[in-house]
Amino acid sequence: MSAPTVPIADAPGTAARKRPSAAKPSGAKSRVQHKGAILAFVLPFGALFALFYLVPIGYAIYQSLLVIEREGTFGQATQVFGGLTQYILVFQNGPFWQSIGRVLAFGLVQVPIMLGLALLFALLLDSPLVRGKKFFRLAFFVPYAVPGVIAAIMWGYLYSPNLSPFSAVTENINFLSADLVLWAIANVVTWVFVGYNMLIIYSALLAIPAELYEAARLDGAGQLRIAWSVKIPLIMPAIVLTAIFSIIGTLQLLAEPQVFRSFSSAVTSTFTPNLTVYSTSSIPNFNLAAAFSVVLALATFILSFTFLKFTQRKEGK
Amino acid sequence: MSTLTPTKLARGIRFAEAKAPRAQRESPFARVSAMIVMGVFTLYFLVPIWWLLVAASKNRSQFNSTNPLWFADFSLFENMANLVAYRDGVYLKWMLNSALYAGGGALVGTLIAGMCGYALAKYNFPGRELIFNVVLGGVLVPATALALPLFLIFSQISLTNTFWSVFLPSLVSPFGVYLARIYASASVPDELIEAARLDGAGELRTFFTVSVRMMVPALVTVFLFQFVAIWNNFFLPLIMLRDETLFPVTLGLYAWNSQVNQIPMLRDYVLIGALLSIIPLIIIFLLLQRFWRNGLSAGSVK
Repeated sequence: MSAPTVPIADAPGTAARKRPSAAKPSGAKSRVQHKGAILAFVLPFGALFALFYLVPIGYAIYQSLLVIEREGTFGQATQVFGGLTQYILVFQNGPFWQSIGRVLAFGLVQVPIMLGLALLFALLLDSPLVRGKKFFRLAFFVPYAVPGVIAAIMWGYLYSPNLSPFSAVTENINFLSADLVLWAIANVVTWVFVGYNMLIIYSALLAIPAELYEAARLDGAGQLRIAWSVKIPLIMPAIVLTAIFSIIGTLQLLAEPQVFRSFSSAVTSTFTPNLTVYSTSSIPNFNLAAAFSVVLALATFILSFTFLKFTQRKEGK
Repeated sequence: MSTLTPTKLARGIRFAEAKAPRAQRESPFARVSAMIVMGVFTLYFLVPIWWLLVAASKNRSQFNSTNPLWFADFSLFENMANLVAYRDGVYLKWMLNSALYAGGGALVGTLIAGMCGYALAKYNFPGRELIFNVVLGGVLVPATALALPLFLIFSQISLTNTFWSVFLPSLVSPFGVYLARIYASASVPDELIEAARLDGAGELRTFFTVSVRMMVPALVTVFLFQFVAIWNNFFLPLIMLRDETLFPVTLGLYAWNSQVNQIPMLRDYVLIGALLSIIPLIIIFLLLQRFWRNGLSAGSVK
């Protein structure tokens, strides 16, 4: 797009030497300036990031490569290197893959609905059609202040056949049954996060300069047309961002189903991948649980990364 | 505090311009349907909280026997007093814990994320892009995937079931670094840093006295979202903590709720406790909303 790109992007190593002044106008020397300050800025976060992100990831991978061996039935248990043994167990573990399938189905339905609603509300708030914007913005956002656990407890009561204020409905439709409980949870997640996503999209809409609408309006485009052809393309990055966070969130589902276990026996201890990790580690079988964690993190990473690349390529066209 | 910033002014102008010609253009049908949609969803979002408020204000016998969406005898404060008194005020302890985990964690976390993002935006040094990419990868790694290995590591050094086992991992916010970097490169002019240098200010002092001020909207945003993330965090405390006096309020209410079938009176405490636990977040969002709305748009525009 814009012609001169950042010098770091081309020919690493040579760039700094050839064009010492291109990188930073003020720096005449090629050595890094303000080394101490940079260190002081980066080190606190860097150290904690290494300790609580990188080390655990490494440790999980290490643990997942171990197996427990016993000498005889009652012998001493020792951890020995087992190669990919745990991963073979992961791939043979039916309930785990069922739980992955379950959250994928959940995501395929819930994420588009949630983001569709968020986009609709954001566009309505940005249009001249709605009055009382401040009130609606706040009312829709309030559920985000409710922690997932609390929201799940609340909706658990709302779904329950005898305690619900909507017992006329819940006596006839059992939202906590094996068939429906996944979608009952989807509703809880949607309820909490629509307003949050709406706000991210809405702030992107506010950042669009008004002149961009003028041309379209002079051409006689209505609100719907402006939304579709002008606004949505411009706020695509915000929508992609919310989609990625939603995908990550979906694969990590834990609090809501864990709470629902006390409302519904249909939610098993392997209902979602993270519940599987938790119940496996409570057995305790840490090595297998670590392998589950690694596979789940990898799957999340790959899925969100692919989605990011895919949407970026589409936008580039 | 109500200064007229350029963006506000622009928005105001845009609104004034837009209003006159559009007024005739939009059909009444479109207006009415838009308002109906917004109205219906307002009910969807607020009725559950309304129900919680009503339910928390009833005593046990009225919970089942009266209209669930309207007040009976208003015993909200009585219920609150009972909740606070129950088991030597363990609920207050949980609220305090949550405030410490979330408030302290988000404060320190925002500071270090802001510093790191600022350095990544404003200095050129080898490994800068590498660091940024690794941190960005960290955004995509779910925090829950880290909970179990953290537990295993912490149990090696006997740090599980302590305040620090929940507090320390909560300090790290890769998304905060991402947001701080974007915001710093967009809103802290190089000339200003240069000027501060010419005045003889050190780099750290420049950051804390000059640059931080321009990054306030981004920092408030980072603070808020980290605060919410820690306040809502469930897996890490669930896996780390056994001692009930260390629980955050979410874990405590979860524990009560799973015992409701054995101890029915806990249900009253769960409901009133749930209601009280969402009030701090609502207040904090309301107080800081003019900051974080600006910060949000910075992150998503990129």
